[in-house]
This record gives sequence, C-alpha cells and structure tokens, in this order.
Amino acid sequence: MNPARKRTVRLTVALSAAVVLASALIYTSFSAASPALTPSQLTRQAQPGRSYQVTGTVAKGSVYRGGSGGAILYFSVEDRAGGTTIPLAYTGTVPDPFREGREVIVTVEKQGSSYIGERNSLITKCPSKYKTAPAGENQNA
Amino acid sequence: MAGLGFACLLLGLAICAYGIGASVYGVRSGRVEFSESGRRSVYALAGILTVAFAVLELAFLRNDFAFNTVASTSSRTTPGFYRAAAVWSSQEGSLLLWAWLLSMWSSLALFLTRRRMRDIASYATAILLGFGGFFVALMVFYANPFATTRPAPAEGQGLDPLLRFPTMMIHPPMLYSGYTLCTIPLAFGMGALLARRVDADWIKAIRRFAFAAWLFLGVGILLGARWSYSELGWGGYWGWDAVENASLMPWLTGTAFLHSLMIQEKRGMLKVWNVSLVLATGTLAIMGTFLVRSGVLNSIHAFGGATLGVPFVCLIGVLIAGSIYLVVSRRDMLRSEHRLDSLISRESAFLANNVVLVGLCFVIFWGTYFPLISEALTGQEASVGPPWFDRYTVPLALVLVLLSGIGPVIAWRRATLANARRSFLAPLATALLTLVVLLTAGVASKPLAIAMFCCAAFVFGSIGQEFFRGVRARRAMAGESVPRAFTGLVRRNRRRYGGYVVHLGIAVLFIGVAASSSFQHASELGLSPGQSTRVGAYTVRYVRPTATITPRYDAAHTGSTLSLGAVIDVSKGGRHVATLNPSEGYYASQEASQGTVGSLIGGQPVSHVSMNAGITRDVWSAIEPDIEAPALQRIVRAGNSALSPEEALVAIGYLAREYLKHPPQAQFHFIVSPLVMWIWIGGLIVFGGGLIAIWPTPSVVRRRVAARSRARAVRGLARA
Repeated sequence: MNPARKRTVRLTVALSAAVVLASALIYTSFSAASPALTPSQLTRQAQPGRSYQVTGTVAKGSVYRGGSGGAILYFSVEDRAGGTTIPLAYTGTVPDPFREGREVIVTVEKQGSSYIGERNSLITKCPSKYKTAPAGENQNA
Repeated sequence: MAGLGFACLLLGLAICAYGIGASVYGVRSGRVEFSESGRRSVYALAGILTVAFAVLELAFLRNDFAFNTVASTSSRTTPGFYRAAAVWSSQEGSLLLWAWLLSMWSSLALFLTRRRMRDIASYATAILLGFGGFFVALMVFYANPFATTRPAPAEGQGLDPLLRFPTMMIHPPMLYSGYTLCTIPLAFGMGALLARRVDADWIKAIRRFAFAAWLFLGVGILLGARWSYSELGWGGYWGWDAVENASLMPWLTGTAFLHSLMIQEKRGMLKVWNVSLVLATGTLAIMGTFLVRSGVLNSIHAFGGATLGVPFVCLIGVLIAGSIYLVVSRRDMLRSEHRLDSLISRESAFLANNVVLVGLCFVIFWGTYFPLISEALTGQEASVGPPWFDRYTVPLALVLVLLSGIGPVIAWRRATLANARRSFLAPLATALLTLVVLLTAGVASKPLAIAMFCCAAFVFGSIGQEFFRGVRARRAMAGESVPRAFTGLVRRNRRRYGGYVVHLGIAVLFIGVAASSSFQHASELGLSPGQSTRVGAYTVRYVRPTATITPRYDAAHTGSTLSLGAVIDVSKGGRHVATLNPSEGYYASQEASQGTVGSLIGGQPVSHVSMNAGITRDVWSAIEPDIEAPALQRIVRAGNSALSPEEALVAIGYLAREYLKHPPQAQFHFIVSPLVMWIWIGGLIVFGGGLIAIWPTPSVVRRRVAARSRARAVRGLARA
C-alpha cells in the first residue's frame, strides 16, 4: 500500500472510531439523564424507579429534620408560581443558602407514593446578586 | 463621580469605534499611520477604563451608596478587604473588570508586537477593540455600573456572606485574566487568516499569550476548586457544575493548542488544526463568560437575567460563523509541509494528546449543554449528573496522563524498537514496581485509582529519566557539579524543561484526585455534646459547643452577628488525630418582617468549615447547628416583641448563652479524604513549571535560536 493510501485508510478508521464513540456517548446521555420537571409536572408524569430533577421553591413551614440522629431532611417543593407541593425526604449535604422560599433543584425518585431525594443532589440557587434590574424586583434566576 | 465614570464608558465606546475604523482602514490602504493610531486607541481604552475602574473602586471604599452597585453589594459593616473586592461581585462590576482586563492585556500584546506583523496586528487590534466595545456597550446600555439612586440610601445590603472568603476574591480576577487572554490568540489568529499570512510568524508571537492564558485560566480554576473545598459547606472540589465546566473547556483546547503548535513549529504540520483550536479556545472563553451571567443553565452560580443572553448569543454566533468562513476560505494556505511518517512517533503522541483533550472537551460540552440540547431535540429539558461525567472523563484522563509520560521521550518522526527500548525501560519499570507495591499493600479494590497511580508513576519515571540524562550530558560536556548542571540545563531550554515540570505537576495532581475520590470516607452525623460515633476507622466525639457574638468582628473576620459551632475531637485507634471547630455564621438581613432580633440573624447563613490538612489525609468537618430549636426560637420571638432595633443586640447574647448551656443536637458533615494536599501541591508545581517555560530565555541563546529559524525559513522559501 502506498503511503497516500495508508494515510487515507488511517484517517477513515480514526474518523469512524470518533463517530462511533461520539454516538455511544450521545445515546447514553439521553438514557442517563434526569428530566427537569416542576412539581406539578412531576405529579402528573412521575414513574416509580426513574429519577427526575425537581425545580421549585421550598414551601414555607415545611422544613424539619427526622430519622435517626436527624439525618433525614424533610421539606416540600412547590411550583415557582405556587400550586402543587410535593413533600420529599432528603439525605446528604444541605447547601448553605437552603431555607424556606429559596429556589432549589433536587434529584428525586418516586418510591410508592412518596419521593426520596438522591443523596447529595440538592442544589440551592444563590440569591442572585447579579441582577440587571434594580434591587427590589423579583429575581429572575 | 458617577458621571465621570459613565463618561469614561461613553468615551471608551467612541475610542473603540474609532480604533476599529482606523486599524481596518490602515491595513487595507497600507497607510501605516492609521494602523499606529488604531494601536494607540487600545492604549487609550486601557487608560480610560482604568479611570472608570478606579472611580468604581473608590465608590466602594468610600461607602458611596448613591451608586446602585455599592448599595446592593456592600455596607458599612462589610470588612474593608471585602468592600474592595465587592466591585466584581455584581453583574455590572464584573463586566467592568472583564473589559478593563481585556484592554490591559490587549495593550500589552500589541505593545510587544508593535514592530512586527503590522497587517496581522492591525486586524487583531480591530477584533480586540470589537470585543472591548461589546463589553463597554453592554455596560452602557444594559448593566451600568455607574447607575445612581438619589437620595442615596444610608446603608447598603452588604456583600453576600457566601463570598466573604479570601480565595473567592482572587479567583475572579485570575479567571477573567485567563478568559481575556484567550481572546488575544483568537484575534491574532483571525488577523493572520484575514491578512492571508499564516506562516510561522503569528504562532511564535502569540505563543506566550496562549501560554499566559492557559496559566491564568488554570490557576483560576484551581483557586475555584480550592475555595469550594476548603470554604464551602459541601467538602468537594469539583462538582461538574455548568460554570466549572465552562471554564475548563477553553483550558482543555488551550492545552491541546500548546502541544500541537510544537508540531507546527518543528514540522510545519497541522496548520488548519492549530488555527481552529485557537479560534475554538477564544470562542469557548466567550461562551464561558456568557454562561455565568445568562441563567440559561441551572447552576450554583445562576447569575443574571435573560437580558444579557441575547447579545452574547449574537456575539458567539458571529464568532463561530466568522471562524468557519475564514478557515474554509483560506484552507489552501494552510496545507501541511510534511506528512505523518509513522504512528509510533512524537507527532503521533501529540496528535493523540490533542484527540484526547478535544474528546474531553466534547464530553464536557455535551454534558454541560445537554439541558438545552435535549430541550431542543425532545422538548423535555433533562440533565446529566456527575456520575455520567465521571464515567467518560476518567478513562480519558488516564490516557492523557499516560501520554504525558510517553510524549517527552518518544522520538520524532519514527520511533524504532531500539530507541523505544532505550526510552521506555525505566518508566515502565517504575510503573510496574508501583503496581506491585500497591497490590501488595492491599488496595486492589479500586482498579481505576490504581491505574492512575501507575500512569503517574510512569510519568515520574520518564520525566526523571529526561532530567537525569540531561544533567549527565551536561556534566560530561562541561564538568559542572550536579546543581549547576541542573540549573544550566533548565536555563538553556526553559520551554522543554518547564513543560516537563508541568507534566510532573499534572501527574501529582491526578494522584491527589484519584486518591481523594476513590478512598474518601464521608458521612453525616447527628451528635449531642459528649456523644461520639464511629466513621470507618475514626471516632468522632462532640466535646463542647461554641458561640461567638460580634456585630463587626468574628473569628473568620467576615462580620457575622452570631456564630454557633462546636469543638469535636477526632481520633483513630485511640490516638488523637485532630481537634476541629466548625461553626455556622449568621448574618444580618435587611428584612424588617423578621423582627428586630430575627433580622440580626436572619440573613444568609454561612458554614465555616474546620479542616485539619495533612500530607496523607485531610480531616474535614462542617456543622449545621439547630437554630430552629424551640428554646432558641423562644428567645428570638421574645426579643422581637420586646426590644427595639438598637436594643436587639442584647437578645443575641441570650441566644449564645442558651446555646452554650443547653446545646441542641447538631448535624455534622464529616469527611476524611486522602492525599487532597497533593492536588494543591501538584497545582503549584504546574504553575512553577509554567513560569519556567514562559520566562524569556537569555539573549545569547535567543540569538542562536533566531539564527537557526532564519536559516530554516530561507530553506523553506528556496523550496517554495
């Protein structure tokens, strides 16, 4: 095989390998992903055994600790616009900004009729100081 | 004063417009004085933005709450150091920092290239002024740092307590320097394509800037990781958060570029690839800047509203379209001078390194933007988490570390079996020895970590061999002592040996990463005073509670009102390991609805972690005191109803006393991570190696190198 043909073969093999790997990556990302839903969407669509990302605000008066040694944090997440509230049980790190009324993102799985939060998956959005509107308006995070 | 600041911005916008016009006219018409004028407008922009930045900084230091940004991010009780740094904690201030750093670094770049590449530099000037103008325009029209409210409020809202950490204040300037430095190679690359002069000249000129960008960006990323680990309450240094990823992507393509440009310098290959990498790095840097402040992706750093998203998307669209057009239309000039001779050669190793780095960048890109992609494709927004990222980046990282050991020793053009044996025997032996040691030490349960340790050992072996052989050669030639031979060796080829030190640092860093991810013990404990519990091999005991009251000064110098914590004792096998005292700081809020006492502690609480860092392991702890305990809340309610704002501080004293006398059960987050210190040590080694590599060579050597490259250029011309 002359060098030019060898180079073409090499290039084709390399590109094909790259395409195959990229496709595998892309394919698995869809099945490994957790859809992001609001509480109202979650109550309608949730299937047991699948994990979902719930985004919403922490409902007032819903936060309390329980379980052995207080390891489980119970709280409810409601739609940003108010409405459906879902209670869940969460174990793991609780970020500093977490409190009632803050926006949170947490990965949950439906078990029976309750929702269990995935360990260490709780993210609380920073009360944003990066606002372009004057202070006092609703944050648009 | 605000008027002066805003006037500076308007003037800056005018300077940008003029500079772009002058540079483009100068290069198209060949009239040098216009190109010169264009270059001087960059200096002028730097000057005017320095004035604007100084105005804003002074406003913060003088507590001028008429400025909206000062009122929203600073206060009289914010400590002085944080007031100075609060300039860039807001959207508007951070844009000003970005624009200012861009103008300063661009001025430096254009000053250093003022006598060469006049046409390329003119186009680069226009592009850099374009970026500068974009950011200044954003400030003038969307996010004005000099907006005022009169009458000025008496007190500001204070800096978000989550940002009151020293590292957080160096991290943005370093990161922004990295981002802005990434745009300089992009500008020169586009300039070279526009001027149709894609010979070796432009690569040599921007090499140092690409390196500086890589260095600053890397340091910025590491600082962010360190801040996250040692000062935030979750005890991790990397979470595959969208913003972390956004800063990592240009760093990865930048690393790829630093390697592949060596191939272009030595063998004239990969020209299209290099120019594409440069353009991609700059575009990814702009995308990173956009991500942090657009709010399109859910992230810890979800700053900003949608108003800034649209201009950024337009800019990124222009960059991508422009880059593709330029590369495709100039592809004839970007033909390689040589071809790849063999798959087993240094060129191949560098190519493989590039492929792995770009592959890593693609994986991270896909995972980061997946919510947007899936929403566009399936209508349902979904996201992938850290396990998905780890699954694909860990194998790639292993290959990368392995390649960093192969690259320095493998021969150019074609490696034969003989020289492969000579080069690889020692490194392979080191790696195998490490494998045996690790397996006998009984760590077989974590194969990925073992693989990483062995790859790192391979790198140590190969780099050590290079230094050893270099020193031995110098001693044979000049009869110098070992230290003198060593320094002489490094001085005469800083790029190469600095690069080797960087590889060593990366290997050390990955040892730390592998060990701390695979062998970490983490758990949540609920403890009351006197209680102790076991975590793996460690025993943790709650010794006593702590409470600190201070409206202005606390142990962490951050201005919290009340700080509640505990002293815990950590021991292993009966032997005392560490005493930690984590605490949670409660800050004042501006919400009157919480009551006079409630508002003194109702602000953002911040965890002050306590860590015992060691060479072999870090013992880390954070506490979440039960501030909602009935006894404490009773005091808050009583204070709210009985005390006026001036007297409310008394109740804080009662709160502290109650907490000390009857401490409620507290939640502790406890982590023992092995070898974390080596991540930071590795980072320092990388930084040191980078400095060595970027340091200018002594003039004697430079003249000799210049003569050699001139000869090569002549030969190339003769061949053409």
